[in-house]
Amino acid sequence: MTMHQMMKPTPLATQRFLTPGVAVLLLLVLNGFAFLAGRFLFGIGAVTNLDNQYPWGIWIGVDVAAGVALAAGGFTTAALGHVMHREQYHAVVRPALLTAMLGYTMVAAGVAVDIGRWYYIWHPLVMWNGNSALFEVGICVMIYMTVLYIEFLPVVTERFIGRVNLPGALGRLNGPVDRTLRALDRGLSQTMFVFIIAGVVLSTLHQSSLGTLMVIAGPKMHPLWQTPILPLLFLLSAISVGLPMVIVESLLAARSFGLKPEMPVLSKLGRMVAPLLGVYLAFKLGDMFVRETFVYLKVLSTESIMFMAEILLGVVVPLRMLLSPKVVKSPPLLFTAAFLVVGGVVLNRINNFVVAYTPPYSYGSYFPSLGEISVTVGLASLLVLLYRAAVIIFPVISLPDRTLAPPSKYSIRG
Amino acid sequence: MQPQDRRSFLKASAVIGAAATGLTPTAAKAAPRNILSPDRLGVLVDTTVCIGCRQCEWACKVAHDLPTEPLESYEDPAPFAAMRRPDETALTVVNRYDNPKHPEVPYTVKVQCMHCGHPACVSACIVGAISKEENGAVVWDTKKCIGCRYCMVACPFQIPAFEYQEALDPRILKCDFCFERRKTGALPACVEQCPVEALSYGPREELVRVARDRVRRQPERYVQHIFGEYEVGGTDWLYLAGTDFAALQFPSLGPRPAPGVSESIQHGIFAYFIPPVALYALLGSIMWMARHRGEEDEA
Repeated sequence: MTMHQMMKPTPLATQRFLTPGVAVLLLLVLNGFAFLAGRFLFGIGAVTNLDNQYPWGIWIGVDVAAGVALAAGGFTTAALGHVMHREQYHAVVRPALLTAMLGYTMVAAGVAVDIGRWYYIWHPLVMWNGNSALFEVGICVMIYMTVLYIEFLPVVTERFIGRVNLPGALGRLNGPVDRTLRALDRGLSQTMFVFIIAGVVLSTLHQSSLGTLMVIAGPKMHPLWQTPILPLLFLLSAISVGLPMVIVESLLAARSFGLKPEMPVLSKLGRMVAPLLGVYLAFKLGDMFVRETFVYLKVLSTESIMFMAEILLGVVVPLRMLLSPKVVKSPPLLFTAAFLVVGGVVLNRINNFVVAYTPPYSYGSYFPSLGEISVTVGLASLLVLLYRAAVIIFPVISLPDRTLAPPSKYSIRG
Repeated sequence: MQPQDRRSFLKASAVIGAAATGLTPTAAKAAPRNILSPDRLGVLVDTTVCIGCRQCEWACKVAHDLPTEPLESYEDPAPFAAMRRPDETALTVVNRYDNPKHPEVPYTVKVQCMHCGHPACVSACIVGAISKEENGAVVWDTKKCIGCRYCMVACPFQIPAFEYQEALDPRILKCDFCFERRKTGALPACVEQCPVEALSYGPREELVRVARDRVRRQPERYVQHIFGEYEVGGTDWLYLAGTDFAALQFPSLGPRPAPGVSESIQHGIFAYFIPPVALYALLGSIMWMARHRGEEDEA
C-alpha cells in the first residue's frame, strides 16, 4: 500500500461556501461586471486606455496570455500522472484539471470581452487563416477547452452515479439519467487516453504559438523580448509554471479549507521545477547573448527594470530556492518559491504583450485604466469562486479515505 | 482512467491520425486572398512636389463617407502644429516638417496605408478579413472581422485604426486605395484631387522606373532612396523625398517581408501536420509503455 492509495478525491461537502474572503471576492466580481456593462454598452474605448497606438492591453496580456500560461498545470500534470503513468501524482491531477478548465473558460471570457465584435467569436471556426498565429491559438484553445470539459466529465459522473435525485416530477427520470451517466462513464474510461494525449499535444501547440503572436510585431517590440525563439521560450516557461501553479493552489486550498497540505507530493513536484526553470533560463540568457541584447540592460528604463525583475525575481531566486531541500519541505518556503515562479511568468507575459510593445508613433504610453484592472481582477476572482464551489460539489481534492474533512474552526478562512 | 487493451488503443490512435490527415488539404487552402500581381498598381508620392494643401484629406473623407469640414477649411495651417496619424476619422493625413536648408519651403508628407506587397495585416488576421487584391489594394472585409486588432499589432507602419467608441460593429479603418471607386475606372480620390500632381498613379513597376529616373536626373533635389521600393519586401505606395526619410518620421525597416519570420515558424510547427501527429504518436507510445511496464511490475 503506497501513500496515494489511501487518498481519495472527495467533495468538501461539509465546507461552507460563504466566508468573509468569499464576500470580498464577490464584491470584486460585481465591480468587474459593472465596468463590463460599460464596455458592452458604450464600446471598448469607454472603459479602457486602449487606442490606435496601443491596441492590446492587460485584457490580452494578463487575462489571455498569462491566463493560458497559468492553466499549464492541466497539461503538465496530465503528462506526468497519465502519460508517464506516475500514480503518486494522481492527487494533484484533478485540482490542476479543474484549474485549467476554469482558467481556459476565463481566457475565453477575456477574449470575448476584448474583441470588438464579441458576437463573431465563432468566426475562426469557419473562416480560416493558416498563416495567422492568432488563428492557431484560437482554434487550439477552443478545442483544448472542449477536451478539458470532456476530461472533467468522469468527475461529474463519479459524483452523481447512484446519487441522481431530481426534484418533484422529474424524479421519474432518476433511473434513465443514472443509466446514461453510467454509459457515459464506461465510454469515457475506454477513450479517455485519446483526450489526455490530445490535451498535451494541443497545449504544446498553443502555448508556443502564443509566443509566435508577437513575432510579427517585428521592430515594434523591444529587442529584449523580440526574438524568433519566442515560441520556444513561451513553451518552456509554460512547462515551468505548470507545477508551481499546482503547488500554489494546493497550499492555498489547504489553508482556506483547513486541510493538511499534501506535502509529500508537493515537495516532489517542487523538486522537478528547478531543472525545468534551469532549461528556460538557459534559453532565455542564451538568446540574450546570441542577439547581444544585454546592451539594453545598461540603460535604466522601464524595459530594463521589468526585464531584470522578470529574470531575477521570477526565475533566478525561485530556482535557487527550489534547489534547497529545506525549501521544498517547508510549506511557507515552497509556497514563496512557487509563487515567485507564477509571478515571474505573469510578469513575462505582461512584458511581452504590453511593456515590450513600443509603437513607432506614440504620443504617450499605455497604462491600464481602472476599468481594465477591475475587469481583470473580477474575472480572476470569479475563477476562484467557481473553483471553490466546484471542490465543494465535486470530488476534486483528495482526502484521506474514510475520514472526511473534519469541520474545524480554521475552515472559515477566506 | 481505466487501462485499455492495445487494440482499442491503436484503433483510437488511427482515428485521430485519419482525422488529422483529413484536415491537411483543407488547412493548406486556409488562407485569405493574397495576390501579388506583377501588374498591380501603386502611387508614387513626391514629397518635394507636395505643397501641403491637404485637399487629399478632404477628397478622401468625401470618397469614404467620413464627416468633413468644407474644403475651404483645409487652407488653415493650424493642424500642422501637431504630428497627426491616420485614424478612424481620417484615412490619410498630411504632416509638415521643417526644412533646415530652405525654411520657407517646409517638407510636407502625406501618410496613409502603404499597401505592402506582403502585408503583415493580411498574414496576421485571425479570420482572413484583410486581403491583398490583384490591383494592389489591401482591403478589409466587415463581414469577417471580429475586432481583435491583431492587424494593428502587426502593421509595421502603424496604420489600421479601430472604432473604440462603438459598442456594436466597430470597424477597422484604413486607406483602401479606393478599391470600390477604382472598379469603375475612376482614379483614387486623393490622386484625382491633388492640384500639383504630387501623386502619380500607375503600375508599380512603371512608378519605380519613374522614381529612379527623377532621382538620377535631379540628385540635388532628392535623397538617393525610394522609400517602399524594398522596405518590408516592397510597398505599392512609394515615396521620394528631399531629405533623409528618418527626418520625416518614416520607420527604418529592412527588406524582408514583415510576416516572414512569423509565417516560417507557424508553417514549421504545422508542416503537413507532421509535428503535431508525431508528438501525438510519441506521447501515445510513452503512455502505452509506461502502462505496460506498470502491469509487468505488478505481475
